[in-house]
Amino acid sequence: MNRIVVVGASLAGLTAVETLREEGFDGELVLINGETHNGYDRPPLSKKVLSGVMNESEVMLKSSDFFVTKRIDHRIATYATALDLNARTIALGSGEVLAFDGLLVATGLRPRPLPRQPVLRGVHMLRTLDDAIALRADMMKEKVLKATAYAGTTSGSLAIVIVGAGFLGCEVAATARQMGLQVILVDPLELPMARQVGRELAGALVRKHMHQGVDVRCRRSVSSFQENKGQLSGVTLDDGTQIPTRIVVVTIGSLTNTEWLQSSGVPLDNGVVCDSFCRAAPGVYAAGDVASWLHPRLGVQMRLEHRMHATQQAMAAARNMLGADIAFDSLPYFWTDFYDTRIQVYGRIPAEYEMTVLSGHLGESNYTAAFSRGGIVEAVAGWNAGRDIHKISILVGKPALKGVVDV
Amino acid sequence: MIKIHIYEHKCVGAGQCVMASPEVFDQSQDDGIVILLQQHPPDELARSVRNAAKLCPALAIKVEET
Repeated sequence: MNRIVVVGASLAGLTAVETLREEGFDGELVLINGETHNGYDRPPLSKKVLSGVMNESEVMLKSSDFFVTKRIDHRIATYATALDLNARTIALGSGEVLAFDGLLVATGLRPRPLPRQPVLRGVHMLRTLDDAIALRADMMKEKVLKATAYAGTTSGSLAIVIVGAGFLGCEVAATARQMGLQVILVDPLELPMARQVGRELAGALVRKHMHQGVDVRCRRSVSSFQENKGQLSGVTLDDGTQIPTRIVVVTIGSLTNTEWLQSSGVPLDNGVVCDSFCRAAPGVYAAGDVASWLHPRLGVQMRLEHRMHATQQAMAAARNMLGADIAFDSLPYFWTDFYDTRIQVYGRIPAEYEMTVLSGHLGESNYTAAFSRGGIVEAVAGWNAGRDIHKISILVGKPALKGVVDV
Repeated sequence: MIKIHIYEHKCVGAGQCVMASPEVFDQSQDDGIVILLQQHPPDELARSVRNAAKLCPALAIKVEET
Protein backbone atom coordinates (compact mmCIF):
# COMPACT_ATOMS: atom_id res chain seq x y z
CA MET A 1 0.00 0.00 0.00
CA ASN A 2 1.38 3.35 -1.00
CA ARG A 3 -1.26 5.88 -0.01
CA ILE A 4 -3.92 5.79 2.68
CA VAL A 5 -6.49 8.59 2.77
CA VAL A 6 -8.39 9.25 5.99
CA VAL A 7 -11.46 11.43 5.54
CA GLY A 8 -12.39 13.18 8.79
CA ALA A 9 -9.78 14.58 11.18
CA SER A 10 -11.56 14.48 14.49
CA LEU A 11 -11.00 11.82 17.15
CA ALA A 12 -11.50 8.73 14.94
CA GLY A 13 -9.48 10.11 12.01
CA LEU A 14 -6.60 11.30 14.20
CA THR A 15 -6.50 8.02 16.15
CA ALA A 16 -6.43 6.13 12.85
CA VAL A 17 -3.46 8.03 11.39
CA GLU A 18 -1.56 7.73 14.66
CA THR A 19 -2.25 3.99 14.84
CA LEU A 20 -1.27 3.46 11.19
CA ARG A 21 2.14 5.02 11.87
CA GLU A 22 2.58 3.10 15.13
CA GLU A 23 1.79 -0.15 13.33
CA GLY A 24 4.51 0.56 10.81
CA PHE A 25 2.70 2.02 7.79
CA ASP A 26 5.41 4.01 6.06
CA GLY A 27 3.58 5.20 2.93
CA GLU A 28 1.83 8.45 2.15
CA LEU A 29 -0.85 9.40 4.67
CA VAL A 30 -3.40 12.06 3.70
CA LEU A 31 -5.83 13.44 6.30
CA ILE A 32 -8.87 15.37 5.03
CA ASN A 33 -10.14 17.85 7.63
CA GLY A 34 -13.47 19.55 6.83
CA GLU A 35 -13.10 22.03 9.70
CA THR A 36 -10.91 25.09 10.05
CA HIS A 37 -9.40 23.90 13.36
CA ASN A 38 -7.05 21.00 13.99
CA GLY A 39 -8.96 18.08 15.50
CA TYR A 40 -10.26 18.73 19.01
CA ASP A 41 -12.01 16.86 21.79
CA ARG A 42 -15.80 17.22 21.79
CA PRO A 43 -16.99 16.15 25.26
CA PRO A 44 -15.75 19.38 26.93
CA LEU A 45 -17.68 21.56 24.44
CA SER A 46 -20.97 21.23 26.35
CA LYS A 47 -19.26 21.52 29.72
CA LYS A 48 -15.93 23.24 30.39
CA VAL A 49 -15.63 25.08 27.05
CA LEU A 50 -19.19 26.40 27.35
CA SER A 51 -18.58 27.52 30.94
CA GLY A 52 -15.22 29.07 30.00
CA VAL A 53 -13.12 26.85 32.28
CA MET A 54 -11.27 25.41 29.26
CA ASN A 55 -10.05 27.40 26.31
CA GLU A 56 -9.56 26.40 22.67
CA SER A 57 -5.96 25.29 23.02
CA GLU A 58 -6.81 22.94 25.87
CA VAL A 59 -9.19 20.86 23.76
CA MET A 60 -6.80 20.23 20.87
CA LEU A 61 -6.26 16.48 20.46
CA LYS A 62 -2.74 16.72 19.07
CA SER A 63 0.08 19.22 19.31
CA SER A 64 0.81 21.04 16.06
CA ASP A 65 4.10 19.15 15.53
CA PHE A 66 2.16 15.85 15.44
CA PHE A 67 1.39 16.27 11.74
CA VAL A 68 5.03 16.95 10.94
CA THR A 69 6.62 14.19 13.00
CA LYS A 70 4.09 11.60 11.80
CA ARG A 71 4.49 12.80 8.18
CA ILE A 72 0.80 13.47 7.66
CA ASP A 73 -0.41 15.47 4.67
CA HIS A 74 -3.06 17.35 6.64
CA ARG A 75 -5.57 19.12 4.36
CA ILE A 76 -7.42 21.57 6.57
CA ALA A 77 -10.78 23.16 5.55
CA THR A 78 -11.09 20.59 2.75
CA TYR A 79 -14.11 18.42 2.02
CA ALA A 80 -14.40 15.09 0.24
CA THR A 81 -17.26 15.36 -2.25
CA ALA A 82 -17.34 11.94 -3.93
CA LEU A 83 -15.84 8.46 -3.94
CA ASP A 84 -15.18 6.38 -7.07
CA LEU A 85 -14.73 2.79 -5.88
CA ASN A 86 -13.66 1.42 -9.27
CA ALA A 87 -11.10 4.11 -10.00
CA ARG A 88 -10.11 4.12 -6.30
CA THR A 89 -10.16 7.89 -6.06
CA ILE A 90 -11.94 10.53 -4.02
CA ALA A 91 -12.85 14.00 -5.22
CA LEU A 92 -12.23 17.03 -3.02
CA GLY A 93 -14.15 20.31 -2.78
CA SER A 94 -11.19 22.03 -4.46
CA GLY A 95 -11.74 19.88 -7.58
CA GLU A 96 -8.65 17.79 -6.92
CA VAL A 97 -8.97 14.02 -7.46
CA LEU A 98 -6.93 11.94 -5.06
CA ALA A 99 -6.02 8.29 -5.64
CA PHE A 100 -5.86 5.90 -2.68
CA ASP A 101 -4.87 2.34 -1.90
CA GLY A 102 -6.70 2.38 1.43
CA LEU A 103 -9.53 4.66 2.57
CA LEU A 104 -10.89 5.28 6.04
CA VAL A 105 -14.22 7.11 6.37
CA ALA A 106 -14.49 9.04 9.65
CA THR A 107 -16.76 11.92 8.64
CA GLY A 108 -18.88 11.82 11.80
CA LEU A 109 -22.12 13.62 12.44
CA ARG A 110 -23.83 16.98 12.26
CA PRO A 111 -26.72 18.14 14.45
CA ARG A 112 -30.26 17.33 13.36
CA PRO A 113 -32.32 20.52 13.04
CA LEU A 114 -35.99 20.79 13.98
CA PRO A 115 -38.46 20.62 11.09
CA ARG A 116 -38.81 24.18 9.71
CA GLN A 117 -36.13 25.47 12.08
CA PRO A 118 -35.48 29.10 11.05
CA VAL A 119 -32.05 30.69 10.67
CA LEU A 120 -32.07 33.37 13.34
CA ARG A 121 -29.55 34.95 15.66
CA GLY A 122 -30.02 33.12 18.94
CA VAL A 123 -30.96 29.74 17.46
CA HIS A 124 -28.07 27.39 18.22
CA MET A 125 -26.99 23.82 17.65
CA LEU A 126 -23.87 22.33 19.22
CA ARG A 127 -21.38 20.08 17.49
CA THR A 128 -18.26 22.07 16.69
CA LEU A 129 -15.85 24.25 18.64
CA ASP A 130 -17.18 27.28 16.73
CA ASP A 131 -20.74 26.30 17.75
CA ALA A 132 -19.64 26.21 21.40
CA ILE A 133 -17.89 29.58 21.16
CA ALA A 134 -20.95 31.19 19.54
CA LEU A 135 -23.33 29.74 22.13
CA ARG A 136 -21.05 30.82 24.97
CA ALA A 137 -20.96 34.38 23.59
CA ASP A 138 -24.77 34.58 23.62
CA MET A 139 -24.95 33.03 27.09
CA MET A 140 -22.44 35.58 28.42
CA LYS A 141 -24.56 38.44 26.99
CA GLU A 142 -27.58 37.02 28.83
CA LYS A 143 -25.52 36.82 32.01
CA VAL A 144 -24.54 40.47 31.69
CA LEU A 145 -28.20 41.42 31.21
CA LYS A 146 -29.00 39.56 34.40
CA ALA A 147 -26.31 41.43 36.32
CA THR A 148 -27.40 44.84 35.00
CA ALA A 149 -31.05 44.01 35.79
CA TYR A 150 -30.08 43.74 39.44
CA ALA A 151 -28.68 47.24 39.14
CA GLY A 152 -31.99 48.38 37.63
CA THR A 153 -30.51 49.54 34.32
CA THR A 154 -32.14 46.96 32.02
CA SER A 155 -35.33 44.94 32.02
CA GLY A 156 -33.47 41.73 32.83
CA SER A 157 -32.45 38.42 31.40
CA LEU A 158 -34.62 35.74 29.83
CA ALA A 159 -34.45 31.98 30.24
CA ILE A 160 -32.55 29.97 27.66
CA VAL A 161 -34.67 27.25 26.07
CA ILE A 162 -33.07 23.85 25.39
CA VAL A 163 -35.01 21.62 23.01
CA GLY A 164 -34.24 17.94 23.59
CA ALA A 165 -33.13 16.47 26.93
CA GLY A 166 -30.67 13.82 25.75
CA PHE A 167 -27.00 13.74 26.79
CA LEU A 168 -26.18 17.02 25.10
CA GLY A 169 -29.31 18.92 26.18
CA CYS A 170 -28.91 17.79 29.80
CA GLU A 171 -25.24 18.78 29.87
CA VAL A 172 -25.92 22.20 28.34
CA ALA A 173 -28.76 22.73 30.85
CA ALA A 174 -26.46 21.92 33.77
CA THR A 175 -23.69 24.19 32.46
CA ALA A 176 -26.11 27.09 31.87
CA ARG A 177 -27.58 26.72 35.38
CA GLN A 178 -24.09 26.73 36.87
CA MET A 179 -23.42 29.96 34.96
CA GLY A 180 -26.43 31.43 36.75
CA LEU A 181 -28.83 31.47 33.78
CA GLN A 182 -32.50 30.51 33.90
CA VAL A 183 -33.08 27.32 31.90
CA ILE A 184 -36.19 25.76 30.39
CA LEU A 185 -35.59 22.18 29.20
CA VAL A 186 -38.19 20.86 26.73
CA ASP A 187 -38.52 17.20 25.72
CA PRO A 188 -41.31 15.21 24.02
CA LEU A 189 -40.87 12.16 26.26
CA GLU A 190 -42.60 11.43 29.56
CA LEU A 191 -39.18 10.56 31.04
CA PRO A 192 -36.19 11.90 29.08
CA MET A 193 -32.92 9.86 29.12
CA ALA A 194 -34.72 6.61 30.07
CA ARG A 195 -33.52 4.93 26.88
CA GLN A 196 -29.90 5.89 27.56
CA VAL A 197 -29.57 5.28 31.32
CA GLY A 198 -32.69 3.32 32.33
CA ARG A 199 -35.82 4.61 34.06
CA GLU A 200 -34.41 4.73 37.59
CA LEU A 201 -31.30 6.78 36.81
CA ALA A 202 -33.23 8.94 34.32
CA GLY A 203 -35.76 9.78 37.04
CA ALA A 204 -32.95 10.74 39.41
CA LEU A 205 -31.31 12.84 36.69
CA VAL A 206 -34.51 14.76 35.93
CA ARG A 207 -35.12 15.36 39.67
CA LYS A 208 -31.55 16.65 39.95
CA HIS A 209 -32.21 19.20 37.18
CA MET A 210 -35.45 20.33 38.87
CA HIS A 211 -33.70 20.58 42.24
CA GLN A 212 -31.04 22.77 40.58
CA GLY A 213 -33.77 25.09 39.32
CA VAL A 214 -34.19 23.92 35.72
CA ASP A 215 -37.78 24.30 34.49
CA VAL A 216 -38.29 20.83 32.93
CA ARG A 217 -41.20 20.55 30.45
CA CYS A 218 -41.78 16.90 29.56
CA ARG A 219 -44.16 15.73 26.79
CA ARG A 220 -43.72 19.11 25.09
CA SER A 221 -42.22 20.24 21.80
CA VAL A 222 -41.60 23.56 20.07
CA SER A 223 -44.18 24.41 17.43
CA SER A 224 -42.95 27.84 16.31
CA PHE A 225 -40.25 30.48 16.70
CA GLN A 226 -40.84 34.25 17.05
CA GLU A 227 -38.35 36.83 15.83
CA ASN A 228 -37.59 40.49 15.68
CA LYS A 229 -35.35 41.68 12.81
CA GLY A 230 -33.57 38.35 12.51
CA GLN A 231 -33.09 37.93 16.26
CA LEU A 232 -34.98 35.18 18.06
CA SER A 233 -37.48 36.68 20.50
CA GLY A 234 -39.46 33.66 21.69
CA VAL A 235 -40.82 30.18 21.11
CA THR A 236 -44.30 28.69 21.27
CA LEU A 237 -44.74 25.18 22.62
CA ASP A 238 -47.23 22.65 21.25
CA ASP A 239 -49.64 23.37 24.14
CA GLY A 240 -49.72 27.05 23.14
CA THR A 241 -47.39 28.28 25.89
CA GLN A 242 -45.40 31.30 24.73
CA ILE A 243 -41.89 31.67 26.13
CA PRO A 244 -39.95 34.90 25.53
CA THR A 245 -36.29 34.00 24.96
CA ARG A 246 -33.20 35.17 23.08
CA ILE A 247 -31.44 31.77 23.08
CA VAL A 248 -32.68 28.38 21.91
CA VAL A 249 -30.37 25.37 21.76
CA VAL A 250 -31.65 22.54 19.58
CA THR A 251 -30.23 19.22 20.82
CA ILE A 252 -32.49 16.60 19.27
CA GLY A 253 -29.84 14.24 17.89
CA SER A 254 -27.70 14.07 14.79
CA LEU A 255 -27.37 13.03 11.16
CA THR A 256 -24.50 11.03 9.66
CA ASN A 257 -22.24 12.81 7.17
CA THR A 258 -22.53 10.32 4.32
CA GLU A 259 -23.98 12.40 1.46
CA TRP A 260 -20.63 12.35 -0.36
CA LEU A 261 -20.86 8.53 -0.52
CA GLN A 262 -24.45 8.43 -1.81
CA SER A 263 -23.80 7.12 -5.32
CA SER A 264 -20.46 5.44 -4.57
CA GLY A 265 -21.69 1.88 -4.03
CA VAL A 266 -20.58 1.91 -0.38
CA PRO A 267 -23.57 0.55 1.59
CA LEU A 268 -25.34 3.23 3.63
CA ASP A 269 -28.02 2.60 6.23
CA ASN A 270 -27.88 4.61 9.44
CA GLY A 271 -24.25 5.45 8.60
CA VAL A 272 -21.64 3.52 6.62
CA VAL A 273 -22.49 -0.19 6.85
CA CYS A 274 -19.41 -2.24 7.77
CA ASP A 275 -18.71 -5.88 8.55
CA SER A 276 -17.22 -7.02 11.87
CA PHE A 277 -13.79 -5.86 10.67
CA CYS A 278 -15.01 -2.24 10.17
CA ARG A 279 -14.77 -2.78 6.39
CA ALA A 280 -17.39 -1.29 4.07
CA ALA A 281 -15.88 -2.32 0.72
CA PRO A 282 -12.52 -3.79 -0.37
CA GLY A 283 -9.86 -1.45 1.05
CA VAL A 284 -12.52 0.91 2.42
CA TYR A 285 -13.06 1.11 6.19
CA ALA A 286 -15.09 3.32 8.52
CA ALA A 287 -14.78 4.29 12.18
CA GLY A 288 -16.35 6.53 14.79
CA ASP A 289 -19.79 8.13 14.91
CA VAL A 290 -20.42 7.55 11.19
CA ALA A 291 -19.71 3.79 11.19
CA SER A 292 -22.27 1.09 11.68
CA TRP A 293 -20.63 -2.31 12.15
CA LEU A 294 -21.67 -5.88 12.77
CA HIS A 295 -20.88 -6.57 16.42
CA PRO A 296 -19.20 -10.00 16.25
CA ARG A 297 -20.43 -11.27 19.64
CA LEU A 298 -23.89 -9.69 19.76
CA GLY A 299 -24.57 -10.38 16.07
CA VAL A 300 -26.32 -7.04 15.51
CA GLN A 301 -25.48 -4.11 13.30
CA MET A 302 -24.88 -1.09 15.57
CA ARG A 303 -23.64 2.48 15.44
CA LEU A 304 -22.45 4.22 18.61
CA GLU A 305 -21.89 7.92 19.26
CA HIS A 306 -19.60 7.55 22.26
CA ARG A 307 -16.17 9.08 22.61
CA MET A 308 -14.24 6.00 23.71
CA HIS A 309 -15.88 3.92 21.00
CA ALA A 310 -14.50 6.25 18.33
CA THR A 311 -10.94 5.65 19.59
CA GLN A 312 -11.29 1.90 19.86
CA GLN A 313 -12.96 1.50 16.48
CA ALA A 314 -10.38 3.71 14.75
CA MET A 315 -7.55 1.63 16.23
CA ALA A 316 -9.27 -1.58 15.09
CA ALA A 317 -10.01 -0.25 11.58
CA ALA A 318 -6.44 1.03 11.13
CA ARG A 319 -4.95 -2.32 12.18
CA ASN A 320 -7.33 -4.22 9.90
CA MET A 321 -6.39 -1.95 6.99
CA LEU A 322 -2.85 -3.18 7.46
CA GLY A 323 -4.01 -6.81 7.49
CA ALA A 324 -4.52 -7.60 11.19
CA ASP A 325 -7.85 -9.27 10.39
CA ILE A 326 -9.30 -8.97 13.91
CA ALA A 327 -13.07 -8.63 14.41
CA PHE A 328 -13.89 -5.49 16.40
CA ASP A 329 -15.53 -6.69 19.61
CA SER A 330 -16.15 -3.80 21.96
CA LEU A 331 -17.91 -3.19 25.21
CA PRO A 332 -19.61 0.21 24.79
CA TYR A 333 -18.83 2.80 27.46
CA PHE A 334 -20.07 6.32 28.05
CA TRP A 335 -20.10 8.87 30.80
CA THR A 336 -22.07 12.07 31.27
CA ASP A 337 -21.44 14.85 33.77
CA PHE A 338 -23.98 17.27 35.22
CA TYR A 339 -23.61 19.43 38.35
CA ASP A 340 -21.68 17.30 40.86
CA THR A 341 -22.78 14.01 39.33
CA ARG A 342 -21.28 11.58 36.85
CA ILE A 343 -23.24 8.70 35.31
CA GLN A 344 -21.18 5.95 33.67
CA VAL A 345 -22.48 2.95 31.76
CA TYR A 346 -20.68 -0.10 30.36
CA GLY A 347 -22.73 -2.15 27.88
CA ARG A 348 -26.12 -1.20 26.46
CA ILE A 349 -29.18 -0.90 28.68
CA PRO A 350 -32.01 -2.88 27.02
CA ALA A 351 -35.52 -1.42 26.68
CA GLU A 352 -36.91 -4.10 29.02
CA TYR A 353 -34.67 -5.08 31.90
CA GLU A 354 -34.44 -6.25 35.46
CA MET A 355 -32.31 -3.92 37.59
CA THR A 356 -30.21 -5.07 40.53
CA VAL A 357 -28.49 -2.58 42.82
CA LEU A 358 -24.92 -3.81 43.35
CA SER A 359 -23.63 -1.23 45.83
CA GLY A 360 -25.21 1.67 47.71
CA HIS A 361 -28.92 2.43 47.42
CA LEU A 362 -30.96 4.13 44.70
CA GLY A 363 -31.31 7.81 45.47
CA GLU A 364 -28.06 7.97 47.44
CA SER A 365 -25.10 10.00 46.28
CA ASN A 366 -23.18 6.89 45.08
CA TYR A 367 -24.48 3.60 43.77
CA THR A 368 -24.00 0.99 41.06
CA ALA A 369 -26.52 -1.26 39.34
CA ALA A 370 -26.70 -4.10 36.82
CA PHE A 371 -29.31 -4.31 34.04
CA SER A 372 -30.15 -7.82 32.90
CA ARG A 373 -32.48 -9.40 30.38
CA GLY A 374 -33.19 -13.09 29.96
CA GLY A 375 -30.88 -13.87 32.88
CA ILE A 376 -27.83 -12.17 31.32
CA VAL A 377 -26.31 -8.87 32.46
CA GLU A 378 -26.37 -6.52 29.45
CA ALA A 379 -25.12 -3.34 31.13
CA VAL A 380 -23.82 -1.93 34.39
CA ALA A 381 -24.23 1.67 35.49
CA GLY A 382 -22.74 3.87 38.18
CA TRP A 383 -23.97 7.09 39.77
CA ASN A 384 -20.80 8.77 41.12
CA ALA A 385 -19.38 5.26 41.29
CA GLY A 386 -15.65 6.00 41.20
CA ARG A 387 -13.51 2.98 40.43
CA ASP A 388 -16.39 0.56 41.07
CA ILE A 389 -17.68 1.05 37.53
CA HIS A 390 -14.49 -0.39 36.07
CA LYS A 391 -14.56 -3.31 38.53
CA ILE A 392 -18.15 -4.26 37.70
CA SER A 393 -17.73 -3.87 33.94
CA ILE A 394 -16.59 -7.52 33.86
CA LEU A 395 -20.15 -8.57 34.81
CA VAL A 396 -21.50 -7.61 31.38
CA GLY A 397 -22.33 -10.79 29.46
CA LYS A 398 -22.37 -12.92 32.63
CA PRO A 399 -25.46 -14.62 34.09
CA ALA A 400 -27.68 -12.85 36.62
CA LEU A 401 -29.40 -15.28 38.99
CA LYS A 402 -32.79 -14.57 40.58
CA GLY A 403 -32.25 -10.84 40.57
CA VAL A 404 -28.89 -11.27 42.23
CA VAL A 405 -25.84 -10.81 40.07
CA ASP A 406 -23.56 -13.81 40.19
CA VAL A 407 -20.08 -12.35 40.60
CA MET B 1 12.43 5.45 27.39
CA ILE B 2 9.08 7.06 28.00
CA LYS B 3 7.94 9.46 30.67
CA ILE B 4 4.29 9.67 31.72
CA HIS B 5 2.35 12.73 32.81
CA ILE B 6 -1.16 12.46 34.21
CA TYR B 7 -3.78 15.20 34.59
CA GLU B 8 -6.01 14.23 37.50
CA HIS B 9 -8.42 17.13 36.88
CA LYS B 10 -9.28 15.73 33.46
CA CYS B 11 -9.65 12.06 34.54
CA VAL B 12 -13.23 10.70 34.42
CA GLY B 13 -12.40 7.37 36.07
CA ALA B 14 -13.37 5.07 33.17
CA GLY B 15 -10.61 2.66 34.16
CA GLN B 16 -9.37 2.03 30.59
CA CYS B 17 -5.76 2.78 31.55
CA VAL B 18 -5.85 0.14 34.29
CA MET B 19 -7.18 -2.42 31.83
CA ALA B 20 -4.57 -1.51 29.19
CA SER B 21 -1.56 -1.22 31.49
CA PRO B 22 -2.17 -2.44 35.06
CA GLU B 23 1.56 -2.30 35.93
CA VAL B 24 1.58 1.45 35.41
CA PHE B 25 -1.89 2.74 36.33
CA ASP B 26 -4.30 2.31 39.20
CA GLN B 27 -7.44 4.15 40.39
CA SER B 28 -8.25 5.65 43.78
CA GLN B 29 -10.93 3.79 45.71
CA ASP B 30 -13.42 6.63 46.31
CA ASP B 31 -13.50 8.73 43.13
CA GLY B 32 -11.77 6.41 40.66
CA ILE B 33 -9.21 9.05 39.69
CA VAL B 34 -6.04 7.73 38.05
CA ILE B 35 -2.98 6.92 40.18
CA LEU B 36 0.38 6.68 38.40
CA LEU B 37 2.38 3.74 39.74
CA GLN B 38 5.56 4.46 37.80
CA GLN B 39 6.48 7.55 35.83
CA HIS B 40 9.35 5.91 33.88
CA PRO B 41 8.14 2.41 32.98
CA PRO B 42 10.53 0.01 31.23
CA ASP B 43 10.47 -0.14 27.41
CA GLU B 44 8.57 -3.42 27.28
CA LEU B 45 5.55 -1.60 28.75
CA ALA B 46 5.72 1.33 26.30
CA ARG B 47 3.20 -0.14 23.85
CA SER B 48 0.58 -0.82 26.53
CA VAL B 49 1.14 2.66 27.99
CA ARG B 50 0.63 4.28 24.58
CA ASN B 51 -2.55 2.24 24.19
CA ALA B 52 -3.73 3.45 27.61
CA ALA B 53 -3.09 7.06 26.60
CA LYS B 54 -5.04 6.62 23.36
CA LEU B 55 -7.94 4.83 25.05
CA CYS B 56 -8.31 7.37 27.85
CA PRO B 57 -11.57 9.15 27.00
CA ALA B 58 -10.51 12.31 28.82
CA LEU B 59 -6.97 13.04 27.50
CA ALA B 60 -5.68 12.63 31.04
CA ILE B 61 -2.49 10.75 30.09
CA LYS B 62 0.43 12.19 28.15
CA VAL B 63 3.34 10.03 27.04
CA GLU B 64 6.61 11.80 26.45
CA GLU B 65 9.34 10.03 24.46
CA THR B 66 12.65 10.74 26.17
